[in-house]
Amino acid sequence: MSAGIELENVVCDFGNFRAVDNVNVNIQPGEFFSFLGPSGCGKTTILRMISGFNEPTKGVIRIGGKDMRGQRPNQRPTALIFQNLALFPLMPIWENISFGLEVRGVDKATRRKRAEELLALVDLPDAADKMVSQLSGGQKQRVAIARALAVEPAVMLLDEPLSALDLKLRQHMRAELRAIQKRTGVTFIYITHDQGEALAMSDRVGVMSQGRLQQVANPRDIYNNPVNGFVASFVGENNILTGSVQNAADGMASFATPIGTFRARLVDGANGKPVKLYIRPEHVTLSEIPGKENSVPVTISDVAFEGNFIAVQAQTENGTTLVAELRNDGAATVPATGSKLHMTFDAQRSALLPDAVGGRG
Amino acid sequence: MQELLRRYGVGLTAAFIGLTAFWLLILVILPNVTLFESSFRPYLPVVDVGGPLDTYSLNNYMKVFGVPVDVSVLWMTFQVPVHIKIFFGTIYYSTLVTVITFLLAYPLAYYLAKVVSPKSLPTLFLLLFVPLWVSEILRSFAWFIILAFKGPLNALLLNIGLIDAPVRWISGYNSVIVGLVYTYVLFMVFPLYNAIQSLDTNQIEAAEDLGAPWWRIHQRVILPHAKPGIASGSVMVFMLCAGSLLVPTLLGSTSAQWFTQTIQQWMLEALDWNTGAAYAFMLLILCTVFVSVVMRIFRVKLSDIAK
Ligand SMILES: Nc1ncnc2c1ncn2[C@@H]1O[C@H](COP(=O)(O)OP(=O)(O)OP(=O)(O)O)[C@@H](O)[C@H]1O
Ligand SMILES: [Mg+2]
Repeated sequence: MSAGIELENVVCDFGNFRAVDNVNVNIQPGEFFSFLGPSGCGKTTILRMISGFNEPTKGVIRIGGKDMRGQRPNQRPTALIFQNLALFPLMPIWENISFGLEVRGVDKATRRKRAEELLALVDLPDAADKMVSQLSGGQKQRVAIARALAVEPAVMLLDEPLSALDLKLRQHMRAELRAIQKRTGVTFIYITHDQGEALAMSDRVGVMSQGRLQQVANPRDIYNNPVNGFVASFVGENNILTGSVQNAADGMASFATPIGTFRARLVDGANGKPVKLYIRPEHVTLSEIPGKENSVPVTISDVAFEGNFIAVQAQTENGTTLVAELRNDGAATVPATGSKLHMTFDAQRSALLPDAVGGRG
Repeated sequence: MQELLRRYGVGLTAAFIGLTAFWLLILVILPNVTLFESSFRPYLPVVDVGGPLDTYSLNNYMKVFGVPVDVSVLWMTFQVPVHIKIFFGTIYYSTLVTVITFLLAYPLAYYLAKVVSPKSLPTLFLLLFVPLWVSEILRSFAWFIILAFKGPLNALLLNIGLIDAPVRWISGYNSVIVGLVYTYVLFMVFPLYNAIQSLDTNQIEAAEDLGAPWWRIHQRVILPHAKPGIASGSVMVFMLCAGSLLVPTLLGSTSAQWFTQTIQQWMLEALDWNTGAAYAFMLLILCTVFVSVVMRIFRVKLSDIAK
């Protein structure tokens, strides 16, 4: 009932503008897969190609192994949840949900029964006879999910469905969506520009920039082992230092920067390309005495107590600003502004990364 | 009101209200009241006006029941007063014209609102407007010439071999229908265009994504959304048709009488303005009743139309 999706060398041009550039990805049946990327990077275009509203300029899309070329949206086993939900305001909720069954010629009693089952599934009983305008944002969200589930799609496509909700509700709906996906076993393709959302919900994440897929990996690898600078800075914060590679061996290299030379991981495939040094603020330690390697003396310029962590800004001797995030385990000491400390980067968790691949010419 | 005062001050507000009142009272209400009043008075020689014979009565209205003629509907034949026959003919053919304009305007409005690229929209609208630059009389005459027995339409059809002998197009109400549809179709296109255009395209796509064929999408999503537009377009076209004088006069055959022509005959040929006024009010009131009944049947509210 759930199906896998293959995108093979998929390209989409609008006139001479390349919105999606040579995307290859293999999404497993029953997987929760997210496309993550900034506004305008081509996420919606990919989703519209999978659901059949746009045809790829080049390349093939297969759903459940079947080539989808020439198949209209109403012939594909997909259900799309639009960014603005696109519920039908003139129909009561139950007719909204059972619309897909209505057009398949299912009789009214069965439709009504199915609508009520689905309303129970999305935890919204008693809403059957209400109108769309009588529901709150989160409730509309659930109706949209129920309406999409009603046609028993093999693939659910969700275009930033939570972006219109407030933070609290968004977090609640994340868990809810994940639970519904687990319960139904349907393949979910989820689009978002919110990295937290993508990491928290997905089995795998595809990070996009300017129409290109930069990296496909599970959330841990996306965060811990980004393949390039774009992925590293799009998911999470970084201290970024420019410089030049001194000597490289066994995946490690020395990197000379204006504030000193540091040892760091040199990712595969970065050999020979221009790279920058990326260090996450939470991988930085501050101490009174310098560490064995990768240490730099700093002056603390600003401290912000955020509750679960302490954000520290520090200045090196030549004026470069570095940031550190210290976990607050309840006993953490808060460094004083103006104090002189040593900042140390763990070589294993500092990465030398090239810039993003591709880009629109 | 307070808002108006705050924004424009006393002087301008008074001017606004004064002008609106003048427009309503002097230009709309007063002539109608005068006409309404005179519709109950008999048509008298000038010397008797205001004399003992000048009393209010419904006599003018009763004149529609005079002069019966034979009317056959299906296999039955009735005796119906000629003016009532003309009245129902007017209502019937106005309804027919309204339906035809809707059938023509809906695909066009949908096409303009949801299919064409926004870039070519201004050009298309311009093309739609161009015929309006020519006066209604000229346009009706143009149709009179096109539809004439020895006119270009017959010549064309004969030439391409669609017909063997020329057709008498200007017979019965045919040419009136053509003329009215042509004259008023844009009054249907624009409300429909507005209504369809305000529909979120995602809803159309959502319906298609859920498996609906195109006709289902129209039936369940687009048409219900466009209902207020359909209603206001229909009311406008119907009222304009029923009240049209020019097109039936120019394009009507001898057997096709429009009720407005009857009113004109009372006023200009019989010089009986009182009966003419009575007929005019009858037309207005009965058309309003007819429209309200139809709106009730289709569950359209007046507030929907005003949107
Ligand atoms: N129909 C179209 N015609 C021309 N250009 C388009 C069309 N649709 C999208 N684009 C362009 O393609 C690019 C990708 O658009 P897309 O909607 O896929 O972005 P997105 O990643 O979904 O962005 P967002 O997060 O803002 O929704 C954008 O630069 C957009 O301007
Ligand atoms: Mg988008």
